Amino acid sequence: MVHLTAKVFVLGAGGLGAPVALFLAQAGIRHLVIADSDQVELSNLHRQIVHTTSGLGQPKAISARHTLTRLQPGISITAWTERITEQNIHTALSGCDLVVDGSDNFASRHLVNRACLSLGLPLISGAVLGWEGQVATFYHGVNAQAPCYRCLHPEITDSCVATSLPTCASAGVAGPAAGMIGALQAMAAMRVLTGQPMDPTLFLVNLHDQLFLRITIPKDPACPVCGPQP
Amino acid sequence: MRLQLNDMARLLYFSWVREKIGTPAEEIPLPADVVTVTRLLDFLRACTPRHAEALAHPTLRVAVNQTHARADDPVSDQDEIAIFPPVSGG
Ligand SMILES: [Zn+2]
Repeated sequence: MVHLTAKVFVLGAGGLGAPVALFLAQAGIRHLVIADSDQVELSNLHRQIVHTTSGLGQPKAISARHTLTRLQPGISITAWTERITEQNIHTALSGCDLVVDGSDNFASRHLVNRACLSLGLPLISGAVLGWEGQVATFYHGVNAQAPCYRCLHPEITDSCVATSLPTCASAGVAGPAAGMIGALQAMAAMRVLTGQPMDPTLFLVNLHDQLFLRITIPKDPACPVCGPQP
Repeated sequence: MRLQLNDMARLLYFSWVREKIGTPAEEIPLPADVVTVTRLLDFLRACTPRHAEALAHPTLRVAVNQTHARADDPVSDQDEIAIFPPVSGG
Protein backbone atom coordinates (compact mmCIF):
# COMPACT_ATOMS: atom_id res chain seq x y z
CA MET A 1 0.00 0.00 0.00
CA VAL A 2 2.65 2.48 1.06
CA HIS A 3 5.07 3.57 -1.64
CA LEU A 4 7.87 1.37 -0.31
CA THR A 5 10.56 2.54 -2.69
CA ALA A 6 10.29 6.08 -1.36
CA LYS A 7 13.28 7.64 0.33
CA VAL A 8 12.27 9.62 3.40
CA PHE A 9 14.44 12.24 5.06
CA VAL A 10 13.99 12.38 8.85
CA LEU A 11 15.47 15.54 10.34
CA GLY A 12 16.34 14.86 13.96
CA ALA A 13 16.65 11.49 15.67
CA GLY A 14 15.19 12.81 18.91
CA GLY A 15 11.76 12.58 20.51
CA LEU A 16 9.96 12.92 17.16
CA GLY A 17 12.45 11.41 14.73
CA ALA A 18 12.68 8.27 16.87
CA PRO A 19 9.02 7.19 16.59
CA VAL A 20 8.82 8.48 13.00
CA ALA A 21 11.77 6.32 11.96
CA LEU A 22 10.54 3.28 13.91
CA PHE A 23 7.04 3.41 12.43
CA LEU A 24 8.22 4.07 8.86
CA ALA A 25 10.85 1.34 9.03
CA GLN A 26 8.34 -1.16 10.39
CA ALA A 27 5.81 -0.07 7.74
CA GLY A 28 8.29 -1.25 5.16
CA ILE A 29 9.90 1.96 3.98
CA ARG A 30 13.23 0.72 2.63
CA HIS A 31 15.32 3.88 2.60
CA LEU A 32 15.57 6.48 5.33
CA VAL A 33 18.03 9.31 5.69
CA ILE A 34 18.37 10.20 9.36
CA ALA A 35 20.09 13.48 10.17
CA ASP A 36 21.17 14.45 13.67
CA SER A 37 24.44 15.96 14.85
CA ASP A 38 23.93 15.25 18.57
CA GLN A 39 25.00 12.30 20.72
CA VAL A 40 22.72 10.04 22.73
CA GLU A 41 22.46 11.06 26.39
CA LEU A 42 20.82 9.24 29.27
CA SER A 43 18.30 12.07 29.73
CA ASN A 44 17.08 11.50 26.14
CA LEU A 45 16.00 7.90 26.47
CA HIS A 46 12.54 8.37 28.00
CA ARG A 47 11.30 9.93 24.77
CA GLN A 48 13.89 9.14 22.10
CA ILE A 49 12.79 5.54 21.96
CA VAL A 50 14.96 4.41 19.05
CA HIS A 51 18.06 4.68 21.27
CA THR A 52 19.21 2.32 24.01
CA THR A 53 21.70 2.50 26.85
CA SER A 54 24.25 0.73 24.64
CA GLY A 55 24.14 3.76 22.32
CA LEU A 56 25.01 6.33 24.97
CA GLY A 57 27.60 8.76 23.66
CA GLN A 58 27.14 7.65 20.03
CA PRO A 59 25.89 10.00 17.35
CA LYS A 60 22.09 9.72 17.37
CA ALA A 61 21.92 9.01 13.63
CA ILE A 62 24.28 6.02 14.09
CA SER A 63 22.45 4.77 17.16
CA ALA A 64 19.12 5.01 15.33
CA ARG A 65 20.54 3.12 12.33
CA HIS A 66 21.75 0.37 14.68
CA THR A 67 18.29 -0.17 16.19
CA LEU A 68 16.44 0.10 12.87
CA THR A 69 18.67 -2.35 11.02
CA ARG A 70 18.15 -4.88 13.83
CA LEU A 71 14.38 -4.49 13.40
CA GLN A 72 14.50 -4.50 9.59
CA PRO A 73 17.71 -6.10 8.31
CA GLY A 74 16.90 -5.20 4.69
CA ILE A 75 16.52 -1.49 5.33
CA SER A 76 18.96 1.09 4.00
CA ILE A 77 19.66 3.88 6.47
CA THR A 78 21.87 6.82 5.60
CA ALA A 79 23.11 8.27 8.90
CA TRP A 80 23.91 11.96 8.45
CA THR A 81 25.86 13.12 11.51
CA GLU A 82 26.91 16.58 10.37
CA ARG A 83 24.82 19.57 11.32
CA ILE A 84 22.42 20.44 8.47
CA THR A 85 23.31 23.86 7.07
CA GLU A 86 22.46 26.10 4.13
CA GLN A 87 25.59 24.69 2.45
CA ASN A 88 24.91 20.95 2.79
CA ILE A 89 21.12 20.62 2.92
CA HIS A 90 20.66 20.13 -0.83
CA THR A 91 23.22 17.31 -0.81
CA ALA A 92 21.63 15.78 2.27
CA LEU A 93 18.16 15.85 0.68
CA SER A 94 19.22 14.59 -2.75
CA GLY A 95 17.08 11.70 -3.97
CA CYS A 96 14.57 12.06 -1.14
CA ASP A 97 10.82 12.09 -1.80
CA LEU A 98 9.59 13.52 1.49
CA VAL A 99 10.94 15.41 4.51
CA VAL A 100 9.77 14.74 8.06
CA ASP A 101 10.98 17.51 10.35
CA GLY A 102 11.47 16.66 14.01
CA SER A 103 14.35 19.07 14.62
CA ASP A 104 14.88 20.91 17.87
CA ASN A 105 15.39 24.53 16.78
CA PHE A 106 13.71 27.21 14.69
CA ALA A 107 16.72 27.82 12.42
CA SER A 108 16.61 24.21 11.15
CA ARG A 109 12.85 24.39 10.71
CA HIS A 110 13.05 27.47 8.49
CA LEU A 111 16.07 26.07 6.64
CA VAL A 112 14.31 22.83 5.71
CA ASN A 113 11.15 24.76 4.80
CA ARG A 114 13.14 26.80 2.25
CA ALA A 115 14.90 23.70 0.91
CA CYS A 116 11.58 21.88 0.39
CA LEU A 117 10.44 24.77 -1.79
CA SER A 118 13.53 24.74 -3.99
CA LEU A 119 13.65 20.93 -4.23
CA GLY A 120 9.90 20.42 -4.70
CA LEU A 121 9.42 18.21 -1.65
CA PRO A 122 6.46 17.83 0.73
CA LEU A 123 7.26 18.64 4.36
CA ILE A 124 5.71 17.13 7.47
CA SER A 125 6.55 19.37 10.40
CA GLY A 126 6.17 18.32 14.03
CA ALA A 127 7.12 19.99 17.29
CA VAL A 128 6.69 19.04 20.94
CA LEU A 129 7.17 20.73 24.30
CA GLY A 130 6.03 19.67 27.73
CA TRP A 131 2.59 18.04 27.45
CA GLU A 132 1.77 19.37 23.99
CA GLY A 133 2.69 19.29 20.36
CA GLN A 134 1.87 20.53 16.86
CA VAL A 135 1.80 18.81 13.46
CA ALA A 136 1.38 20.26 9.97
CA THR A 137 1.95 19.08 6.40
CA PHE A 138 3.22 21.66 3.91
CA TYR A 139 2.97 21.22 0.12
CA HIS A 140 4.54 24.51 -0.95
CA GLY A 141 7.28 22.59 -2.76
CA VAL A 142 4.68 20.73 -4.83
CA ASN A 143 1.79 23.17 -5.15
CA ALA A 144 2.27 26.92 -5.63
CA GLN A 145 -1.10 27.60 -3.98
CA ALA A 146 -0.14 25.81 -0.76
CA PRO A 147 1.15 27.62 2.34
CA CYS A 148 4.54 26.94 3.91
CA TYR A 149 5.96 26.86 7.45
CA ARG A 150 6.94 30.52 7.12
CA CYS A 151 3.32 31.46 6.26
CA LEU A 152 2.48 30.29 9.79
CA HIS A 153 5.55 31.11 11.87
CA PRO A 154 7.74 34.22 11.74
CA GLU A 155 11.51 33.87 11.73
CA ILE A 156 12.68 33.60 15.32
CA THR A 157 16.35 33.59 16.16
CA ASP A 158 17.14 30.76 18.52
CA SER A 159 19.20 33.06 20.72
CA CYS A 160 16.04 35.12 21.28
CA VAL A 161 14.22 31.89 22.09
CA ALA A 162 16.88 30.79 24.52
CA THR A 163 16.43 33.90 26.59
CA SER A 164 12.65 34.24 26.46
CA LEU A 165 10.87 31.03 25.48
CA PRO A 166 10.69 27.61 27.15
CA THR A 167 12.62 24.86 25.32
CA CYS A 168 12.87 21.08 25.67
CA ALA A 169 15.95 21.58 27.83
CA SER A 170 14.26 24.09 30.13
CA ALA A 171 10.69 22.74 30.17
CA GLY A 172 11.12 19.03 29.42
CA VAL A 173 9.05 16.82 27.11
CA ALA A 174 6.70 14.03 28.18
CA GLY A 175 7.75 10.84 26.35
CA PRO A 176 4.21 9.89 25.27
CA ALA A 177 3.63 13.42 23.91
CA ALA A 178 6.67 13.05 21.65
CA GLY A 179 5.47 9.56 20.75
CA MET A 180 2.04 10.80 19.77
CA ILE A 181 3.29 13.69 17.67
CA GLY A 182 5.81 11.37 16.00
CA ALA A 183 3.03 8.86 15.32
CA LEU A 184 0.91 11.62 13.73
CA GLN A 185 3.88 12.58 11.55
CA ALA A 186 4.41 8.96 10.52
CA MET A 187 0.71 8.67 9.61
CA ALA A 188 0.93 11.88 7.58
CA ALA A 189 4.00 10.45 5.82
CA MET A 190 2.07 7.29 4.95
CA ARG A 191 -0.74 9.43 3.55
CA VAL A 192 1.61 11.52 1.45
CA LEU A 193 3.44 8.42 0.22
CA THR A 194 0.16 6.84 -0.89
CA GLY A 195 -0.63 9.87 -3.01
CA GLN A 196 -3.30 11.30 -0.73
CA PRO A 197 -2.52 14.98 -0.16
CA MET A 198 -3.22 16.47 3.28
CA ASP A 199 -5.10 19.74 3.72
CA PRO A 200 -2.94 22.67 4.83
CA THR A 201 -3.82 22.45 8.50
CA LEU A 202 -2.07 22.69 11.82
CA PHE A 203 -3.12 20.16 14.42
CA LEU A 204 -2.68 21.43 17.98
CA VAL A 205 -2.45 18.63 20.52
CA ASN A 206 -2.86 19.33 24.25
CA LEU A 207 -2.30 16.03 26.03
CA HIS A 208 -2.53 17.62 29.47
CA ASP A 209 -6.27 18.24 29.02
CA GLN A 210 -6.86 15.96 26.01
CA LEU A 211 -7.89 18.94 23.90
CA PHE A 212 -7.23 18.94 20.18
CA LEU A 213 -7.74 21.68 17.61
CA ARG A 214 -7.27 21.56 13.87
CA ILE A 215 -6.83 24.93 12.19
CA THR A 216 -6.63 25.91 8.53
CA ILE A 217 -3.43 27.65 7.42
CA PRO A 218 -4.11 30.17 4.65
CA LYS A 219 -1.21 31.01 2.34
CA ASP A 220 0.38 34.33 3.31
CA PRO A 221 0.42 36.41 0.09
CA ALA A 222 3.38 38.35 1.52
CA CYS A 223 5.34 35.27 2.62
CA PRO A 224 9.07 35.93 2.06
CA VAL A 225 9.61 32.21 1.30
CA CYS A 226 6.70 31.00 -0.85
CA GLY A 227 5.08 34.31 -1.85
CA PRO A 228 5.74 36.14 -5.12
CA GLN A 229 9.40 37.16 -5.26
CA PRO A 230 10.10 40.90 -5.78
CA MET B 1 -33.16 41.00 31.66
CA ARG B 2 -31.95 37.95 29.77
CA LEU B 3 -28.46 36.71 30.50
CA GLN B 4 -26.77 36.51 27.12
CA LEU B 5 -24.52 33.54 27.57
CA ASN B 6 -23.73 33.45 23.89
CA ASP B 7 -22.06 36.82 23.81
CA MET B 8 -18.76 35.57 25.10
CA ALA B 9 -15.67 34.87 23.09
CA ARG B 10 -14.32 31.38 23.69
CA LEU B 11 -10.57 31.51 24.25
CA LEU B 12 -8.37 28.43 23.88
CA TYR B 13 -4.76 28.45 25.06
CA PHE B 14 -2.04 26.01 24.10
CA SER B 15 1.41 25.03 25.30
CA TRP B 16 3.17 27.42 27.68
CA VAL B 17 0.48 30.07 27.12
CA ARG B 18 -1.97 27.61 28.70
CA GLU B 19 0.46 26.86 31.51
CA LYS B 20 1.06 30.53 32.33
CA ILE B 21 -2.64 31.47 32.23
CA GLY B 22 -3.56 28.33 34.16
CA THR B 23 -6.48 27.08 32.07
CA PRO B 24 -6.87 25.57 28.58
CA ALA B 25 -10.11 27.46 27.86
CA GLU B 26 -12.23 30.30 29.15
CA GLU B 27 -15.16 32.42 28.00
CA ILE B 28 -14.79 36.18 28.18
CA PRO B 29 -17.17 39.01 27.23
CA LEU B 30 -15.39 41.40 24.88
CA PRO B 31 -15.72 45.19 25.04
CA ALA B 32 -17.20 46.73 21.90
CA ASP B 33 -13.88 48.18 20.77
CA VAL B 34 -12.15 44.77 20.69
CA VAL B 35 -12.59 44.14 16.99
CA THR B 36 -9.21 42.85 15.77
CA VAL B 37 -6.66 40.25 16.83
CA THR B 38 -4.30 43.01 17.99
CA ARG B 39 -7.01 44.68 20.08
CA LEU B 40 -7.96 41.32 21.55
CA LEU B 41 -4.40 40.57 22.65
CA ASP B 42 -4.09 44.06 24.20
CA PHE B 43 -7.39 43.56 26.03
CA LEU B 44 -6.43 40.10 27.32
CA ARG B 45 -3.02 41.32 28.52
CA ALA B 46 -4.84 43.86 30.70
CA CYS B 47 -7.12 41.20 32.25
CA THR B 48 -4.76 39.71 34.86
CA PRO B 49 -1.01 39.61 35.52
CA ARG B 50 -1.05 35.97 34.40
CA HIS B 51 -2.54 36.96 31.04
CA ALA B 52 -0.06 39.81 30.77
CA GLU B 53 2.90 37.50 31.26
CA ALA B 54 1.53 34.69 29.10
CA LEU B 55 0.68 36.96 26.18
CA ALA B 56 3.77 39.19 26.25
CA HIS B 57 5.76 37.35 23.61
CA PRO B 58 5.47 38.97 20.16
CA THR B 59 5.57 35.70 18.20
CA LEU B 60 2.28 34.25 19.47
CA ARG B 61 -0.03 32.85 16.81
CA VAL B 62 -3.80 33.29 16.79
CA ALA B 63 -6.53 31.28 15.07
CA VAL B 64 -10.06 32.67 14.79
CA ASN B 65 -12.75 30.03 14.26
CA GLN B 66 -10.11 27.42 13.42
CA THR B 67 -8.32 29.54 10.82
CA HIS B 68 -4.89 31.11 11.28
CA ALA B 69 -5.41 34.87 11.64
CA ARG B 70 -3.18 37.94 11.37
CA ALA B 71 -2.95 41.07 13.50
CA ASP B 72 -5.61 43.07 11.64
CA ASP B 73 -8.10 40.24 11.16
CA PRO B 74 -11.51 40.74 12.80
CA VAL B 75 -12.67 39.10 16.03
CA SER B 76 -16.00 39.23 17.84
CA ASP B 77 -17.64 37.78 20.92
CA GLN B 78 -19.17 35.09 18.70
CA ASP B 79 -15.77 33.62 17.88
CA GLU B 80 -13.61 30.77 19.10
CA ILE B 81 -10.09 32.15 19.35
CA ALA B 82 -7.05 29.94 19.90
CA ILE B 83 -3.71 31.37 21.01
CA PHE B 84 -0.58 29.27 20.66
CA PRO B 85 3.17 29.82 20.50
CA PRO B 86 5.56 28.55 17.87
CA VAL B 87 7.24 25.47 19.35
CA SER B 88 10.58 24.11 18.18
CA GLY B 89 11.12 21.06 20.36
CA GLY B 90 11.91 17.73 18.79
ZN1 LIG C 1 4.99 30.70 2.89
